[in-house]
Parts: sequence; C-alpha cells; structure tokens
Amino acid sequence: MSTTQVPATTTKAPKKAATHVDPNPAKAGWFTKVFLVVVCALWMIPIVGAFITSFRPESDANSTGWWRVFTNPNLTLGNYRSAWVDGNMGTSFFNSIAITVPAVFIPILIASFAAYAFTFMDFPGRDVLFLTIVGLLVIPNYVAFGPVLNLYRDLGIGGTIPAVWLAHIGFGMSLAIYILRNYMATLPKTVIESAKIDGASHFQTFFRLILPMSVPALAAFAIFQFLWVWNDLFVALVFVGPGDNAPVTVGVQNLVSQQGGNWNYLMAGSFISLVVPVAIFLGLQRFFVRGMTAGAVKG
Amino acid sequence: MLLKLLSALMYVGIGVASAIAVYWILNKIAELLPGKVEERIKPFLYILPAYLAIAVYLLYPTLVTIFRSFQHQQGATWENVGLQNYSDLLATSAFRSAMFNTLLWLIIVPACTVALGLAVATLADRLSARSENLAKSVIFLPMAVSLVGAGKVWNFVYAYVPTQAGTKSDQIGILNGIKTGLGGEPTAWLNVSTLHLNSLLLMVILLWSQVGFSMVLLSAAVKGVPADTLEAARIDGANERQIFGRVIVPQIRGTMITVFVTVLITVMKIFDVVYVTTGGQFNTNIVGNYFFSTLYKSNDYGKAYAIVVMTIIAIIPVMIFQVRHFRAEEANA
Repeated sequence: MSTTQVPATTTKAPKKAATHVDPNPAKAGWFTKVFLVVVCALWMIPIVGAFITSFRPESDANSTGWWRVFTNPNLTLGNYRSAWVDGNMGTSFFNSIAITVPAVFIPILIASFAAYAFTFMDFPGRDVLFLTIVGLLVIPNYVAFGPVLNLYRDLGIGGTIPAVWLAHIGFGMSLAIYILRNYMATLPKTVIESAKIDGASHFQTFFRLILPMSVPALAAFAIFQFLWVWNDLFVALVFVGPGDNAPVTVGVQNLVSQQGGNWNYLMAGSFISLVVPVAIFLGLQRFFVRGMTAGAVKG
Repeated sequence: MLLKLLSALMYVGIGVASAIAVYWILNKIAELLPGKVEERIKPFLYILPAYLAIAVYLLYPTLVTIFRSFQHQQGATWENVGLQNYSDLLATSAFRSAMFNTLLWLIIVPACTVALGLAVATLADRLSARSENLAKSVIFLPMAVSLVGAGKVWNFVYAYVPTQAGTKSDQIGILNGIKTGLGGEPTAWLNVSTLHLNSLLLMVILLWSQVGFSMVLLSAAVKGVPADTLEAARIDGANERQIFGRVIVPQIRGTMITVFVTVLITVMKIFDVVYVTTGGQFNTNIVGNYFFSTLYKSNDYGKAYAIVVMTIIAIIPVMIFQVRHFRAEEANA
C-alpha cells in the first residue's frame, strides 16, 4: 500500500506539463471566481441569517436586523428551549422519528424482492410490468389523498402515526423498485448462474448473494426515502394534521400561528426540524450523490 | 415520546419479520407445486407484495379519482354531475389564476435550475479540487432542507416591518435591510403582485433548493466528457466559449434533459413553498395549493379529484417522454 501511495501524489504535476501545451487551459479567471463567490454567498446568507436569529433574544430579534449581531453580540439558547417545550417541537421531533423509521426500512425488503424478480427472473409481461412502474414514478402522490383518506376513515386509523408511514411506503415503492432494479442489472449475471448450478434456490440466492451485494443501492434509497419522508409536509398534513401526532414539518408550520411573528422562536423551531436531515446529508453525502447519479430521483 | 419510539421500532420489527414470513410462505407454496409451474409462478409471487402496495396507494386511488371527478358528494351519497366539476373550476377566476401561476412556474423554474446548475458545475470545475468541493457543498446543502424550512428561512429574508409615520423602524429582513440602507422605503415583498414579483420571489426559494441537484448531476456529466474531445477542439483553435457550446453541451444533452424533466415534474406538484409563505394570497396561488384547500378546507372532493385528473392529463405527455427516455438510455447502456 505505501509503495503505491508515493507515486500517486506526484503524478499530477508532471502529467499536466507533459500532455498540455498550456498547463491548465480552463483555469478559473476572475469572472469565474467572482460568479461562484456571489452565488455561494447568496446561497448561504439566508441560512446564516436564520441561524443567528435563532440565538437572539426576542426583543433584539424582532426589532433589529440579524446583521447587527456583529456589533452587538447578545445570544441565548432560550429560543430553542421555548420551541422544544412550549412550541411542542420536542414531541414533533419524536413523532418524525416514529414516522420515518418504519417508512424507510419496511419498503426496502419488499422492493428488493420485486427488483430481484425483474432483474433475474424471466416471466411473461415482465417489461410491461416494469415500465408501468417507471411511468407511475411521475403520477403525483396526491392522487391518493382523497381516496386513501376515506379508506383510513373506514378502517379507523386516520390521524395515527402508522397511517402516515403506510402511505409513505406506498408512495415510495415505485422509486425503490426502480433504483434497486437499475442497480441489480449491473451485478454480474455469472454469479447468479453459478449459484443456480450449485443448487441454490432463488430464495437463497436473494438473501445470501443479491441483498448483500446491493448494499450501496439500498443505502442510496434509504437516504432518499429518509429525506423525503422527514421533509414531507403534504402527506403529513392530510393524514395526520396538527396535533399530538404531528411531525416537525407540521410543527414548524404551527409555530407561526402559536407564536405570532416571533422570528426567534420560528427560526429555532426551523433549525430543530432540519438538524437531522442536514447532519445525515453531510455525513452521507457520497452515498447521496451516488444515488442521484444512479437515477434515484423522486418525481 | 419513548413510547412512540418503541412502537416505531416495534412496527419496523413486526413489519420486516412479517414481510420475510410472507415471502417464506409464498416461496414454500411455490415449491410445493410441480417444478415447471413453480418456476412460472415464483416471479409473480416475488413482485406481488410490492404491486399490492402500489395498487392500494396509486392504482386504486387513480381509478377512484377519475370516477369521482364526474360526481358531486351530497352528504353520504354521490350523484353524477358529468363535467360540471371541471367546468365550474375552469369558470372560477381563482382557479384560472392558479393555473396561470403554475404555468409561470413551469416556464421559469426548470429552465433556470438547469442553466444555473450548469453554470456552477462548469465554472466550479475550473477551481482547485478543494474550492470546488466547498462551493458545491454550499450549493448542494439546501437539498437537505425541507421546503417548509426553506419557506420559513426565505420568509425571513423577505420580512417587512411596517414603518409608522414619522419614525424609522429597523428592518429585520435582509432584503429590506439593504433597501433601506441604500435610502429606499421598505417593501412588503410578498404582497407585491405587480408583474408577478411575489411569485418570482417564491420561485427563488424552489430554485435555491433545487439547483444543488441539477449541479451535481450536470457536474458528473461535465467531468465525464472525454478529455481528448476537448483537447482536439483546443488544438483546432476553439476558444473556451466555443468548446462549452459545441463540445461539452452536445455531449451532456441527455443529462440536461433528465434534470429538466425531473424539475418540471417537481414543479407540477409543488405545494409547500406557497402554502408556508403566502398561503396562496396576493395572487400567488398555484394548483397544488388550490387542490389542498379544495380537499381539506372546503371538503369538496369531486372538485379536488377533478383538479388531480387535470394534473394527470398534463403529466401524461411528460410520462410518455420519461418512459421513452428511459428506454433510449437502456438501449445505449
């Protein structure tokens, strides 16, 4: 290992000099740099302003601009406490976890089986059935809101936490199958064939070979489904609404009506709602990017 | 709270265990059948549970929606009203302006997302690896933020403090902070519907959240352009602009289309951004939000279903395009 690392660090410079007439023909000029700095600043300022405001005392936050904090630093953690306790963001936070965990893990197995069948088994109508799934990716999930709401009412599970994650399982299924089948199609067919020759059944091949080999795709789907479910407002609003079972997205929306225009609470509440997805995103960015370039995009 | 977490974990345990049990039983049943039948029936057993979920949450609702969109609910009974839901909606000026606003979103947002994402992807490619990663992370980060969170954060950017006569109160939103700092009067930005300014400001929020996605996909595509095609163009004396327009863009067209279509579909279904900012007031309403208030606030299911059917009709061409695009990419792979 150590012998390969030494040349790897030094190959870059001589290679460039050898192949190019100009060492870096597309080097960043001043326009490029200014453009990118401006765009990055525009992208960060809203978040920075909100973040600073979430630590400012009520009287400061609602009477002066957040940029005054640099000349008049006066910060507190009180907003987070108020939002967590009085604003019920604490309850919402746990509701979000209770909704998201089943909605992420349960569909993985179901979708994997289907993706396995679509990739490694031959059966009449396979392509039609799969293309139906690709097509369904773009059907808006709000087609289901009215009918499923009525169905839930008849079953008596409206407003409960399972009502939401069951819905997310249904809505996420076609995307899950799509991602997993695309990934499984890249696995070497010879491995499956030799397993067959060795007498392994489809069931064994699936659990012992395909599922472990598909971990990157499973991770990519899990991250996507997590962000989608955690950040969802529409489904939660329709199937749970405000109240004891509301997740963070509905909770933040409710902070407005409860606390009036108190920006300090509202921004603290918003940050409570986005700390988990942002942390997961920063930690697992590589999987996220890989999943996206593999076509893992929810319509 | 702890109880809720425990029940969530319990649901996961039960859910996964029962799913495995179902597959095991299905598998056993299949194995009892004679060999040939077994091989034939097994694939269908494997896809059955997934299709069941899709059937309950997509296929069945789609059929109900289409059927009921021609009906009106009277208490517990439904009566056929033909196309009346549709004609009523199209005759409502509030719905027509929601449709017009959605159309504006569809024209502006996908194109701007692709353009800005491509600009950042190509320009950041010229920076050193470290600055490139930093710039891309900054642009990418909002993707992790919910549109509710994004709406709140941008509401604060656009915040407006009314000035009382004579006194000059401090503005707390940065946009008005800059404007008053330059000597102007503060504006209630989201109330200004002249030239759809407020709608445009709301589109900025979606742009803020989506450009990262477009940039990542396009950046991967730009880096995938073979270096010898670029060098050949350089040797032939092409300048950087020509290389971009005639060498890079044609080679990443497929990705640009994918990004465009994906954002287009996102915009067709957009709801959160408007719901959490203006709530559709001040002539910023869009179809998604109109649907929500018809369904949830006025409980007019027939009309709500009619809105969904119209949306599906608008999406069908995109869907056909998507399937064709998928097949073409499959054929190339």
